[in-house]
Amino acid sequence: MIPTSHYLFLSLALFTIGVIGVLTRRNVIIILMSIELILNAVNINLVAFSRMFGNVNGQIFAIFVITDAAAEAAVGLGIIIAFFRNRPTVLADEMDILKW
Amino acid sequence: MFAPIEDLYRLAPELVLCTFGILVMLAEPFVPRKRSGLVAFLALLGAGAALAATRLSWAHPGTAFYGLVRVDDFSIFLHFVVGAVAVLVILGSRDYLEREGLHRGEFYALVLFATAGMGVMVSAQELVTAFIGLEISSISSYILASFRRNVPKSNESAMKYFLLGSFATSFFLYGVALVYGATGTTLLSRMDSASGNPTLLRLGLGMIFIGLAFKVASAPFQLWTPDVYEGAPTPVTALLSSGPKAAAFALLLRIFDTVFAASQLWVWAIWVSAALTMFAGNLAALVQSNVKRMLAYSSIAHAGYILVAFAARNEIGTAAVLFYLVAYALMKLGAFTMVTHLGGEGERRLEINDYAGLGSQQPAAAAFLTLYLFSLLGLPVTAGFLGKFYIFNAALKSHLVWLAVLLAINTVISAYYYLRVIVVMYMREPQKEWAATPIPRAVGLVLVLTAAGTLYLGLFPNYLMEFATQSAVLPR
Amino acid sequence: MSLELVLFFVLAAMAIGGAVSLILQRHPIHSALSLIVVMVALAGLYLLLGAEFIAAVQIIVYAGAIMVLFVFVIMLLNAGVEARTNVSRMARYVGLPLGFFLTVELAYWIAGGAGRQAPVSAGPTPTRELARMLFREFVFPFELTSILILIAILGAVVLAKKET
Repeated sequence: MIPTSHYLFLSLALFTIGVIGVLTRRNVIIILMSIELILNAVNINLVAFSRMFGNVNGQIFAIFVITDAAAEAAVGLGIIIAFFRNRPTVLADEMDILKW
Repeated sequence: MFAPIEDLYRLAPELVLCTFGILVMLAEPFVPRKRSGLVAFLALLGAGAALAATRLSWAHPGTAFYGLVRVDDFSIFLHFVVGAVAVLVILGSRDYLEREGLHRGEFYALVLFATAGMGVMVSAQELVTAFIGLEISSISSYILASFRRNVPKSNESAMKYFLLGSFATSFFLYGVALVYGATGTTLLSRMDSASGNPTLLRLGLGMIFIGLAFKVASAPFQLWTPDVYEGAPTPVTALLSSGPKAAAFALLLRIFDTVFAASQLWVWAIWVSAALTMFAGNLAALVQSNVKRMLAYSSIAHAGYILVAFAARNEIGTAAVLFYLVAYALMKLGAFTMVTHLGGEGERRLEINDYAGLGSQQPAAAAFLTLYLFSLLGLPVTAGFLGKFYIFNAALKSHLVWLAVLLAINTVISAYYYLRVIVVMYMREPQKEWAATPIPRAVGLVLVLTAAGTLYLGLFPNYLMEFATQSAVLPR
Repeated sequence: MSLELVLFFVLAAMAIGGAVSLILQRHPIHSALSLIVVMVALAGLYLLLGAEFIAAVQIIVYAGAIMVLFVFVIMLLNAGVEARTNVSRMARYVGLPLGFFLTVELAYWIAGGAGRQAPVSAGPTPTRELARMLFREFVFPFELTSILILIAILGAVVLAKKET
């Protein structure tokens, strides 16, 4: 059996990469994908812990996370489309009407 | 296999809100444009019915659905708060939506759904349920914030809100995953008894705190607030600054009071965050020229005041938080509703200097705004004064003398920018003629209700304070 | 090294490679494809963990639905290549120190061996148990997600609908 800590390391790596992506990229679509990556990191944790404890609570939580990711993606992409209609840019830097 | 009927009573407010949300969406296509007020009325009815349903579920305290949600005085108190916020927001937004040509039933449906989400948040006993409630309220808020689709500024603010909000949610989730890893459960009540890994538990709770700190806009996670509040449609700003904030504070309190490890860990974090938040809000508000932005920074400062009561870590503190949430919701809703009305078509008049001469030209509007600003500042005879007094009291009871001193200093700082608006309104000559639009009836009703509430709580706080004190005892 | 461990390392390497590629790619479509690689690798890992249902959902919902949505929007907007990448202000002030702190502490904890508990093997049919839990103990959040999805649909329509 693979120790749980292996999975936790993998999850931590993906989480960190995701956070770096959110903070350094300027393209909002890529930022959104980085957030999805973080949610995936959460899921690895949940499923690995679920096996560690021998209960399925973690897997249930993972299903909810996936559902939420779908809802968030739909709304987020909708917001991006609405934004793009008025100002054809997807770069976060160019969002400068407000001071940020 | 069906849930017992008692469980449904305990969920009555959410059931009513969701039902009316769906009804509003179904009614929308059948109501002719000219009679769009009917949809608003239906939504208003829904929010009112939710308040009645809260009263009903009060009679059935206890846990429901395998212990995932719990009806107690605490959750009832906050259900009343978020329900009342929904009523006032719906009342105040109809004329705005007409004016801006945005009138669509979806707006009200989203307000109702968001309120249902907040209701779930304040009664959740378990982190998965709390998370779904949080997401229902957040995602509805993102959509509401981007409702002015044709205004680039609004799009931009919605985008920032969405990106930072979902980033915060992912932190919250990672935290919950770690807490589950440490204890093997997501039920709050079982977290302490589980023989878990303490480091992992603390780390997870820390990340949950970060996620929720984003939602209540406390420092150092408050950066999104001014942009979002400025760009969102003003009635939505009114909603964002009151409802979701109250719900997120409630969730924090619930975790804080139920999970012993959290209360140990968060004390210092909350102390530091409270101090930082007060200064971050008040100092930045000093230099603002836009009213909405100024009020946004002021709402950050108020989150800081609430955190002071939070840091007191006793029942007086919790009661002070609850009282302040009500007082704060009243004055912020009133202020933003007034700003909505004064903004005029396309929200053009939002600079503080635009308010010059308001005192002589629209005395009623100026008087209302003055009252809200006095309350935000915390002058006597207003709800804001007593709210601050209770917080002060709670802080001193817990020997948080320094934090109390910082609170006092911050109140003095805030006097500058609140009074400046009043000075501009009454002492400055108008630069351009006000096309004095009469205050619509619904908006007037919101103003009267919030102003009356602000004064009532300022003069006779006892009833609410008793209710808050009674609600502050959280069953473990 | 057992076959299982080899599989784990191959899939983990795929996931991390995909993730790194996701944040390094300049064109969003390449990032989206990298993310799909991550998703598929993770589905494999879920199978290794004995979570067949999650693995299936991962492929169907994530790789199938969400990523298609992403790719569709990227095509629709025809979003171009980024000129350069720099760290935003938000990142400098709050994010990076915070991220660093969290990473160090988490790594410290995992390296400390706390997670090394021997995994308990789950029952023979976790999917059956999953279904039972989902429709009994967790039926309330399950029903709530329907409202969540309704809001998402509503939002997509409100936001992306043509002006009338």
